Amino acid sequence: MASTILFWIFAAYMLAFGAGVVVCRNPVSSAMCLVMSFIALAALFVTLNAYFIGVIQVLVYAGAVMVLFLFIIMLLDLRTEVRRAWNLTALVGGAAVVFGFVGLLLRVLKSSPLYHVGKAEIWNTHLDDVREIGFTLFSKFNLPFQVVGILLLVSTIGVVILSRKELK
Amino acid sequence: MTVSLDHYLLVSGLLFAIGLAGVLLRRNIIIIFMCLELMLNAANLSLVAFSRYNLTDTGLPNYNAQVFVFFIITVAAAEVAVGLAVIVALYRARRTTHVEDLNRMKF
Repeated sequence: MASTILFWIFAAYMLAFGAGVVVCRNPVSSAMCLVMSFIALAALFVTLNAYFIGVIQVLVYAGAVMVLFLFIIMLLDLRTEVRRAWNLTALVGGAAVVFGFVGLLLRVLKSSPLYHVGKAEIWNTHLDDVREIGFTLFSKFNLPFQVVGILLLVSTIGVVILSRKELK
Repeated sequence: MTVSLDHYLLVSGLLFAIGLAGVLLRRNIIIIFMCLELMLNAANLSLVAFSRYNLTDTGLPNYNAQVFVFFIITVAAAEVAVGLAVIVALYRARRTTHVEDLNRMKF
C-alpha cells in the first residue's frame, strides 16, 4: 500500500517537473526542473527494485550531465527568452503529434490484458543487483561493453576537437 | 490496489510526450536538448519496468534490460558532451541559440 502511494507521488513529481522544463522561460529554471525530475525518476527506479540504476541515475544524470548543462548555460550567458510570435502551423502540428501519441498509447495499453500484470513478489532473497548487473555486463554483453568504451574515447576526442578556438 | 505494469508504461509514455512537446514547441536549442534527455529517460523507465515485471526462473528481475539501461545512460552522457560542444561552437559562430535564427547549414 505504501509503495503504491509512493509510486503515485513520485510519478506526479516527475511529470510536474518535466512539464516545468517545457514551460519555464529561463533556461536555468528549466535545468533545475530537469534535475528534480531525474531525482524523482531515480525514486521510481528504486520502487522497481533497480537500486543500482537508481544510484547511477542520480550520480550520472542529476550530477554530471546536469552540471554540464548548467555550466554551458552559464558560459553562454543565456537570459530569459524574449517572447516571439508563435508559429501557428508549428504549434498546431506539435500539439497534434503529442496528443496523437498519447491517444495511441492509451489505446495500446487498453488493447491487451498482458499489460495488466501485477508486481510479482521477488522470492529470491539474494537480490544483489550490482553483482547481477556486473555479471551480465561482463559475460553476456562483453563485446557491447568494449564498443561503449571506444565510443566514450571517440566522443572525448570529438569534444576536444570541437572546442578548439577555430574549427578547420 | 497494487501498481501494475501499465501504470509504469503510462507514466513513461506521458514523460515521453512531455519531452516530445518540448522538442516540437520550444525554440531554444539548449532546452530542446534537455527535452531529448527527458525522452531518453522515459525509455529507460519503461525498460526497467519490463525488467521488474518479467521475473526469471531464479525469481530475480530480468537483468538484461537493466544492462541495456546502463548502456543507454553511458551513450546519453557521451551524447550530451558532444552535443553541448556543438552548441558552444554554434554559439561562437552565430551568437544565438534560437533555432529560427540558425537556418543556414554553412556559415
